[in-house]
Amino acid sequence: MNGVHDMGGMDGFGKIEPEPNEPMFHEEWESRVLAMVRAMGAAGAFNIDTSRFYRETLPPHVYLSSSYYKKWFLGLEEMLIDKGYLTREEVAAGHAMQPAKALKHGKFDRANVERVMVRGKFDRPAPAPAKFKIGDRVRARNIHPATHTRLPRYVRGHVGVVELNHGCHVFPDSAAMERGENPQWLYTVVFEGRDLWGEDGDPTLKVSIDAFEPYLEPA
Amino acid sequence: MSQDHDDHHHHDHDHSELSETELRVRALETILTEKGYVEPAALDAIIQAYETKIGPHNGARVVAKAWSDPAFKTALLEDGSKAIGSLGHVSRVGDHLVVVENTPERHNMVVCTLCSCYPWEMLGLPPVWYKAAPYRSRAVKDPRGVLADFGVALPKDIEIRVWDSTAETRFLVLPMRPAGTEGWSEEQLAELVTRDSMIGTGFPKTPGAPS
Repeated sequence: MNGVHDMGGMDGFGKIEPEPNEPMFHEEWESRVLAMVRAMGAAGAFNIDTSRFYRETLPPHVYLSSSYYKKWFLGLEEMLIDKGYLTREEVAAGHAMQPAKALKHGKFDRANVERVMVRGKFDRPAPAPAKFKIGDRVRARNIHPATHTRLPRYVRGHVGVVELNHGCHVFPDSAAMERGENPQWLYTVVFEGRDLWGEDGDPTLKVSIDAFEPYLEPA
Repeated sequence: MSQDHDDHHHHDHDHSELSETELRVRALETILTEKGYVEPAALDAIIQAYETKIGPHNGARVVAKAWSDPAFKTALLEDGSKAIGSLGHVSRVGDHLVVVENTPERHNMVVCTLCSCYPWEMLGLPPVWYKAAPYRSRAVKDPRGVLADFGVALPKDIEIRVWDSTAETRFLVLPMRPAGTEGWSEEQLAELVTRDSMIGTGFPKTPGAPS
C-alpha cells in the first residue's frame, strides 16, 4: 500500500537526533509490548508480514505521531481483535470475557523463550527456476498494490542491476494477507542514485533493495 | 524480572498520554494472560534476554575477528550467517545475514525505509533514530547529509552504497580497521567497534582517543 510508512526519499522530517547512551527502552511498557508481539507471533496468532501490515494501516496521522512501540501496540491490539483472539468489549473492560481461540502453536510459556531470540527461517524450496541472474538489468515494476508490499515507491519504474540472489523466500505480499507463503526468488538489485533522484542526486550514491521476483521485469 | 512483575500493576499514575498508553498496554497483557495465550513470566524472560544477551558487543566481536583473521573475513563476506554460526562464543544468529565491507573506495550504510529491519542478534534492538522518519526518509536520497547529522564526513569521491533492508535479509557493515592497531588482540580491537560503525553511520573509535 502507498502508505506513510514508505518513507524513502521523502523530505521535511528534519534532522536525525541520535541520543547519547540511549536506553534499550524509554518506558517499561515498551518492553511489555515488544514481548507480547514476539510471544503472540511465536504462538502462531500472526506472521511477521501481517504484523507489519497492521502497523502500516494505522491512519497516517497516527502513524506519524506515535512512538515506535506505540505503533507496535496499536497494530497488535487491532490485529488480535481482527483475528478473533480478543474482542473490543474485552479491550474496553480490560479483562477476558469470551472463551480463548486456540493458538496454532499453543500457549506461549517459558519453554518457548529461546525460540524467539533467533529470527525465523524464511527461505523455501524453489517452485520454479530463477528468471534473473546476477548482472541482469531489471526494471522495478510500476505496481501499486493496495495491500502489503515490500517494493518501496522510490524505485518503481527504475532500472537496476541484479547483484545477489538470495534464493527463494516467503513472499510478504501473500503472507501478510494470509494467502500462503507463495515462495519467490529474492534478489539484491542496485540502482544508481541519479537514476532514482535525477541529475541533482549524489553522483557517488548507489542504493539497493532486496526485491522479490514478482517486483521485477527484464529491462 | 518475574518478582517485579506484580508491582508493575500497582503504581499510581497521572493522566498524561503516556500513562494512558501504559494502562492500555497493561489491560492487553491482562487479557492475553487471562485467556491463557501467554505466561507473564515468559514475557519477563523475553525482555531479560533482550536486555542481557543481544547487543552490539556481539557484532563487535565478529568485526574484531574479521580484522584479525583473514580466512574468517573471507568466510564472513561469503556467508555471514554461516561464518558467525561457526563461532561458538557469539550469540546465535539468524539466516541471511549479509556482511558488507567498507573499503577506501566504498562506504556502506544500512537502512530500512519501510519499517525497522536491523540485525538484532548482532547489534541489539535498534536505536530510536534508526526507526524514525528522518533517517528512514533521507538515508536513500541524501546519505551524506545524514552522515553530517552524525558528524561524519566521507571523502568527496568515495562511493556510498546504501542497503535498504526490504526483505528478511539483514545487513552488517564491516568497517575498516583503524590505523595504529597493529598487533592488537581481538579483545582490544572489539573495544574500538561502535554500533554506528556497523550500521555505516559512524567509524570505529581511534586508538588512544577518548571514548
